[in-house]
Amino acid sequence: METLEKVLTPEEQFQARIDADIRIEPKDWMPDAYRKTLIRQISQHAHSELVGMLPEGNWITRAPSLKRKSILLAKVQDEAGHGLYLYSAAETLGTTRDQMLADLHSGKAKYSSIFNYPTLSWADMGCVGWLVDGAAILNQVPLCRTSYGPYARAMVRVCKEESFHQRQGFEVMQTLCEGAPVQKEMAQEALNRWWWPTLMMFGPKDADSPNTAQSMNWRIKRFTNDELRQKFVDMMVPQAEFLGLTVPDEKVKWNEERQAYDFGEVNWDEFWAVVKGNGLCNHERLQARVDAHEEGAWVREAANAHAAKRAAREAVAA
Amino acid sequence: MSATLPETPATSVPAAAPNQLFPFVLQLADTSLILAHRLSEWCGHGPVLEQDLAMANIALDMLGEARSYYQYAAELEGQGRTEDDLAYLRSAVEYRNPLLVEQPNGDFAHTILRQFLFDNFHYHLLRKLKDGPNAQLAAIAEKSVKEAAYHLKWSSEWVIRLGDGTDESRKRLDKAIATLWRFGSELTTPTATETALQEIGVLPDYAALLTEMQAHTEHVFAEATVPLPAPVFAQLGGKTGRHTEHLGYLLSELQYMQRTYPGLTW
Repeated sequence: METLEKVLTPEEQFQARIDADIRIEPKDWMPDAYRKTLIRQISQHAHSELVGMLPEGNWITRAPSLKRKSILLAKVQDEAGHGLYLYSAAETLGTTRDQMLADLHSGKAKYSSIFNYPTLSWADMGCVGWLVDGAAILNQVPLCRTSYGPYARAMVRVCKEESFHQRQGFEVMQTLCEGAPVQKEMAQEALNRWWWPTLMMFGPKDADSPNTAQSMNWRIKRFTNDELRQKFVDMMVPQAEFLGLTVPDEKVKWNEERQAYDFGEVNWDEFWAVVKGNGLCNHERLQARVDAHEEGAWVREAANAHAAKRAAREAVAA
Repeated sequence: MSATLPETPATSVPAAAPNQLFPFVLQLADTSLILAHRLSEWCGHGPVLEQDLAMANIALDMLGEARSYYQYAAELEGQGRTEDDLAYLRSAVEYRNPLLVEQPNGDFAHTILRQFLFDNFHYHLLRKLKDGPNAQLAAIAEKSVKEAAYHLKWSSEWVIRLGDGTDESRKRLDKAIATLWRFGSELTTPTATETALQEIGVLPDYAALLTEMQAHTEHVFAEATVPLPAPVFAQLGGKTGRHTEHLGYLLSELQYMQRTYPGLTW
């Protein structure tokens, strides 16, 4: 082993560990590009949790029953918690939360585009849980085995809570579909709006995803975007049928040969427009975060000033 | 219940008649729900992620407490109404929360001061209710007092940080005091219903609570280097259904779904 390490470059040793499925930990040597890719991905994920609080937060004050209100509030609170673990995981790579937030606010860092769509009816709370969290789980479960230790460990906890969120979203939809005609219409209308945007959550087609090959090689990613999108369609079409809802894609059809559903083409123009900041809610979501941060500055300053005064008094007393 | 069997009193003190207890339990329920609603408005907009989480957490505690009270109130009333009927299908003048909790969030200093005034009362009330003669209220208080102790610690620490922080935080806290102090006394000013319950020992004497509350306020304000505010004219009325204009807007949002789609299951 010693002789082997002498002939291998640090990069080769690193890749050998990855290939052997040995986790990379914060103090281990890692290529700069690996570090940068992870900071980008983990912070993007943390920002998605933070911005993702807004579309659901939009319905907390209007939830139709005390039980639903309680579940929704708990769910949004979980998302804030996920944001915290993920920011902490990213900090182990040498960045800071302040830096990550500055990048979010300047538009340099991205968050999941799905949150740039508006939540217009109560059924959207069902669709966000059922479809959006369902898509997030497919993206995230493989991350529990991702090569970077702190990220993988954070994802284990995140995934447990996400699977609870997805079940409650499905249950909201089921209650609507078993309810009055007006409730079922509400459910179908929401599905019509959320179906295509959730398919976009898996990212561009593999052919247009330049980072995929390297991320797969580093075992940051374990499935390609198109593989995950197919899994999602295969999982969700039968669930929609079970609910008595129709997926808004005429091309959805079971393909016996592939043992998978065929489905239509995502509107990639819309995808890129929203990624570039032109979705209906891009402006207000980002502005809401910037406002919260700027309007909270005096609170953070007060807390720091008080802590400093207290420390100074304790130093004098000691 | 069979008419031939004598009723066994559950406790040594006279049991409160449901018609006295029902409006009081409803008052507790409305109070917790309205404050939970206000806190939940912060969700996603807090000054820092940790405090966003703290406010959502307190809102969740208070919502849970409100549900326990509504369920008990529905049982006391015995008319087949549910927790949701009580929360979603009563108008502003039927709501029994004190004025303090319906006041808008304002800036973080307003939210903190409103919370501090409420927590200081709530915690000390629950400490008494948990040892009180009404088993149902005692059980709810037993669970909620642990949460309320944390809420009071949180809001007290923030009053101290804001008071003894920067010039700006102090200015903002002073403004919050000027706006909200007048709503504090309603919490400990008993209504006729509360007085009746105090007379039969179901509710503690608020004068005794006030001594404990005052001591805590003095301690926190001293730490915060903020002089104790001079007594002001107390605004009363929420507990008897006379509210500020803010409550109507809050309820129109809270009750939107149930009012738009009556009688459905969600």
